[in-house]
Amino acid sequence: MEQHFTDTIDAGRRIEPRDWMPDGYRKTMIRQIAQHAHSEIIGMQPEGTWITRAPSLRRKAILLAKVQDEAGHGMYLYSAAETLGADRGDLTRKLIDGRQKYSSIFNYPALSYADVGVIGWLVDGAAIVNQVPLCRSSYGPYARAMIRICKEESFHQRQGYELLLAMMNGTSAQRAMVQDAADRYWWPSLMMFGPPDADSPNTAQSMKWGIKRHTNDELRQRFVDMTVPQAARLGVTLPDPDLRWNDERGHYDFGEPDWEEFKAVLSGAGPCNAERSARRRAAHDDGAWVREAALAHAARTRNPPAERIFAATGAPDA
Amino acid sequence: MPDQQWPLYEVFLRGKRGLNHVHAGSLHAADAPMALRHARDLYCRREEGVSIWVVPSAEITASSPEEKDPFFAPAGDKPYRHPTFYDLPGDVPHM
Repeated sequence: MEQHFTDTIDAGRRIEPRDWMPDGYRKTMIRQIAQHAHSEIIGMQPEGTWITRAPSLRRKAILLAKVQDEAGHGMYLYSAAETLGADRGDLTRKLIDGRQKYSSIFNYPALSYADVGVIGWLVDGAAIVNQVPLCRSSYGPYARAMIRICKEESFHQRQGYELLLAMMNGTSAQRAMVQDAADRYWWPSLMMFGPPDADSPNTAQSMKWGIKRHTNDELRQRFVDMTVPQAARLGVTLPDPDLRWNDERGHYDFGEPDWEEFKAVLSGAGPCNAERSARRRAAHDDGAWVREAALAHAARTRNPPAERIFAATGAPDA
Repeated sequence: MPDQQWPLYEVFLRGKRGLNHVHAGSLHAADAPMALRHARDLYCRREEGVSIWVVPSAEITASSPEEKDPFFAPAGDKPYRHPTFYDLPGDVPHM
């Protein structure tokens, strides 16, 4: 069975839910998909706060659609995790109890409306660089969910960049808001690719299993190379004095993110960790009565009490 | 009180008239009408479907991957079911 599993992966074919797989593969896959799902769900919060304060009906409709997409992406991913035997209620509990993580980026606040644009441009841009290779993940349901997500994600990045272009064409105060948002989000966006390869002990096994297709540093470089010309087109300065083109490498050189900050945010000490978990927990607790009522209604519809059947069909003559 | 979970449904979409319904994914819902509404919100935000089927996941019977060889073997040694099995001279018209 193990041979069949290895042969399937080596041939570039997909593993499907009821195939035999090593326990380590199943566990790693559940953990990765769950973290990804949690990130989509928590990721609704930073931008969600701006829905009521969007500057126009057009921007409000766009932002609503985007946040609704993030919820949808979370649902696709929880479904994929369930095909591996994970329980959705259990995953939600692990998220709100802090036993499973989500992307560190969502522990930073969205302080101004320009942040909505910068999140679309940089955060969703980084997410796309991370996610496109996952469309070829060795696990079929995850790969299929990622294909759908990537298709929808490109709208997210484009609306962000368009928003920023509009602000850059506005007043000097608006341009300053965009620069400030880029200054705050640049380094956390680079951290989204995870620790440097030298500190990423599981990468080799994940690459062998087709769970990962590129290393963290490769993807980070790809993101920097893509983003620098976009920043120039916008007229935004990226806050890194070491950022410059390296003709020899054919890539941009760039500085080292503050990995101590990354570790601190991951372990719960970021600016918004407590707020994000509390919000998610409250939504879950406040929704409990709705989930129960819907089940009770479904049971009652399946087995209606006798008086309701008679009301619908006319009571039989006594 | 621990949450009792809504059951799982599989969702099938007809992308447009003339095509089959194709499996799109799954979702949780309290009952079938709710599953349909959730399927619309989850899988048809961009006009991906003109018709939706939802089926309780527990009602699906599937062939097992472990049975793969014996279960599908009967079709394996019958190449004569394919048109390419037959050699015909190139000058036979309209074949």
